[in-house]
Amino acid sequence: MTVSTTMGESQDRQASFGGVQARATSDINEPRIAIRDLDFFYGSNRALKNIRLDLPDRQVTGMIGPSGCGKSTLLRVLNRMYDLYPGQRAAGEVMMDGENIIDPSVDLNSLRARIGMVFQKPTPFPMTIYDNIAFGVKLHEKLSKAEMDERVEWSLSRGALWDEVKDRLRTSAMGLSGGQQQRLCIARTIAVRPEVILFDEPTSALDPISTLKIEELVDELKHDFTIAIVTHNMQQAARCADQVAFFYLGEMVEVAPAGQMFTAPKQRRTQEYITGRFG
Amino acid sequence: MSATTAGSVPGPARNERVARSLGRRRHRANLVIKGLCVAATLIGLLLLASILATLLWRGAAGLSVAVFTNTTRPPGSNGGLLNAIVGTLIQTALGTLIGTPIGLMVGTYLAEYGRTSPMANAVRFVSDVLLSAPSILIGLFIYQLCVEPFGGFSGIAGCLALAVIVIPIVVRTTEDMLQLIPPSLREAAVALGAPKWKMIVLICYRAAKDGIVTGVLLAIARIAGETAPLLFTSLGNLNWSISLSQPMSSLPVTIYQYAGSAFEDWVQLAWVGALLITVGVLATNVLARFALRGGR
Repeated sequence: MTVSTTMGESQDRQASFGGVQARATSDINEPRIAIRDLDFFYGSNRALKNIRLDLPDRQVTGMIGPSGCGKSTLLRVLNRMYDLYPGQRAAGEVMMDGENIIDPSVDLNSLRARIGMVFQKPTPFPMTIYDNIAFGVKLHEKLSKAEMDERVEWSLSRGALWDEVKDRLRTSAMGLSGGQQQRLCIARTIAVRPEVILFDEPTSALDPISTLKIEELVDELKHDFTIAIVTHNMQQAARCADQVAFFYLGEMVEVAPAGQMFTAPKQRRTQEYITGRFG
Repeated sequence: MSATTAGSVPGPARNERVARSLGRRRHRANLVIKGLCVAATLIGLLLLASILATLLWRGAAGLSVAVFTNTTRPPGSNGGLLNAIVGTLIQTALGTLIGTPIGLMVGTYLAEYGRTSPMANAVRFVSDVLLSAPSILIGLFIYQLCVEPFGGFSGIAGCLALAVIVIPIVVRTTEDMLQLIPPSLREAAVALGAPKWKMIVLICYRAAKDGIVTGVLLAIARIAGETAPLLFTSLGNLNWSISLSQPMSSLPVTIYQYAGSAFEDWVQLAWVGALLITVGVLATNVLARFALRGGR
């Protein structure tokens, strides 16, 4: 099973960059989100420097880099999650549908309905499975009971969880396994029908089987959603992503189609990271 | 000698003798600490058990139907505690109903909005001072505020005094419980497009429910037995009265009056009253916990 292989196969590293088999396609779609000259500050600490990156429409952008390089920070800029914390601010341009989403005048609640996020640790709400899904939907839409039932089934099916929970929708979501909880969180995000989904290391707290399911799900979801996924796992980036961006010390060092990134990275730092020399 | 042992590691040898003696010392220290902890627990439990046993012993002896059907009467005329029981129920309930929402809101402000702002720090400090303020002061405060201006002791003044005691308890537990909620849960709610108030009301309160309810229960337990704040406010009433504008009887004040009296049947009723308060608080706790578990 490919999912459980790690960077352990040192003899292959040099030849094929960690033995990673990336998807061969190099067709990158038109950008859905265009990031230009983006800086981000934690207080006076500049955590992102001059980022320029396009997230292609209905494709997966993988973000890799050592801890503290700013990849999660970038993700949290895209749905303005940093607004929760005083002292954090962004400057520059993040264009989506002709609108700069880091502009202070942007309506955050509707922005977050358009750009959903799945977190590192599963975060089910302390309520039933059904209500977990309905919570987000009710924030933005007025649905009848029948419509809501339909929406819950649709999103749980898209989240590859329906078959496992259809008989226990009215039980607490806290009783699900970690992998199921994470798929519930994905379903909950899909239920709001966003255009973009951000994944912040979605599998780092999960076992290999659950990880595989989430990765398959990401693969399936990209037909309809634009996806950005932060991962520490090079194989995961290679398996899931169409385009990969490498971050280091707050800078975006290199971005390329996954096939190219994992076979012929242009920058020396990218090569060293991918082959496991640091990070 | 360690260098020749099988499985030994390279590097400086470990002195087995020293290691063993250190191990023995750790073991001894552990025994001492454990012994102290167990002893302290036993002393605490013993005191509690002896209080409860005395209460049961002395209180149960005076239990009769008359306690619940008759109001307080002069000594020797088969009096009960009906007015005191009802008075305590009314004042505790109203005190909790008035104090809880205020405490909940203040605690929410501290945990979710004010956080470390100067205003929040000031409120937090005042609330903590209030938490440990002598309750007789609170009685005097309400006396100045509600009894003197309106020309007399009243049940509502008692309720207000109890509410003032409830507030800081609920503030503290609400803030603590809300702060225990992991940031990831808040972020998850916000990431779905939830405005802050919905995140707080629909997610945080739900996640902190058990702790907040526990805080309210603590407050109820505390005020159900408070005497001092009632002395200057609802005063006590030897006759049947459920009017909030009249002086109102209560179990603690009745106990206070009866326990020090020279009449044997009054002293007996004081024991019964003490037993009733204890059992009442205990029952409230057990029931609420049961209800919480059922709702999950």
